[in-house]
Amino acid sequence: MDELLLHVLDIVQNSISAGASLISVEIRERIKEDLLEITVEDNGRGMDEETLKMVEDPFFTTKSGKKVGLGIPLLKQTALSTGGDLKVKSQAGKGTRIKAQFPRSHIDLPPLGDLRGTILALVYASERADILFRYLKNGRELVLDTREIKAILNDVPLSHPSVIKFLREFINEKVKELERIFPEQD
Amino acid sequence: MKLEELRKIRERVQQELSLREGKARIKIIIGMGTSGIAAGARETLRAFLSEIENRNLTDVLVTQTGEKGLASQEPVVIVEESGKPGIVYGMVTPEVAKRIVAEHIVNGVVVSEYVIQVEE
Repeated sequence: MDELLLHVLDIVQNSISAGASLISVEIRERIKEDLLEITVEDNGRGMDEETLKMVEDPFFTTKSGKKVGLGIPLLKQTALSTGGDLKVKSQAGKGTRIKAQFPRSHIDLPPLGDLRGTILALVYASERADILFRYLKNGRELVLDTREIKAILNDVPLSHPSVIKFLREFINEKVKELERIFPEQD
Repeated sequence: MKLEELRKIRERVQQELSLREGKARIKIIIGMGTSGIAAGARETLRAFLSEIENRNLTDVLVTQTGEKGLASQEPVVIVEESGKPGIVYGMVTPEVAKRIVAEHIVNGVVVSEYVIQVEE
């Protein structure tokens, strides 16, 4: 995967498969420390110690009918190849927390990628689990909580054209605000 | 633009939906597993949403699913219509997504060259 945000989408899908009802996604750019941190935390079924040891192995999966589970190993490989790291904390029955760190200035660091498209995809994943998305950069933040969106929409589907239009414009505006504040960082 | 503006949209859409009294006619399910995402499923999802918005299709639901075990055919999309077998499409690029909306969803003609399975 050539974008870090594609890894984020992939890890979120893992959380959904693990039965999570709430998934928190945080992307934090620490400019002074030259760090980019990606944290995905869920309240899914979690993993016991044995599973946790195996989870970074690309040939391990708990899903039947599938030979490989690549989400975490792929992200870990990307983190390690840039001098960063990835840590997984998990407790059976409680949930999982994955935190990846990358040096922002490393020449091999893939681009963060399409923020608008990713947020939109996360909103449309929220039919299966609520998602709290936060992107923090130099003390500013972009926050989107799908629980708020769903509470307002009530029984109106996310796929209604008027809702799609609103969400697309809303996300676009939020991302633009962030870009306007720190154009030199993008 | 505030999230609160969505309330007005909800009120308008609720009136419209209550007049129609109908559920969604068609469901589009996009495979968002690892191989789907790597093959461009996010862009495929965006293309479907864009077409629904542009064509003002009010009776279509878009949802996501995980891995379908069809990695070589990703991005995979299933189109379900009540009373009909589900059609599984493979290699659904944004361009193919536009065709599926225009030909299958709007005109009822399956885009046969991209069909990889028919679900009973």
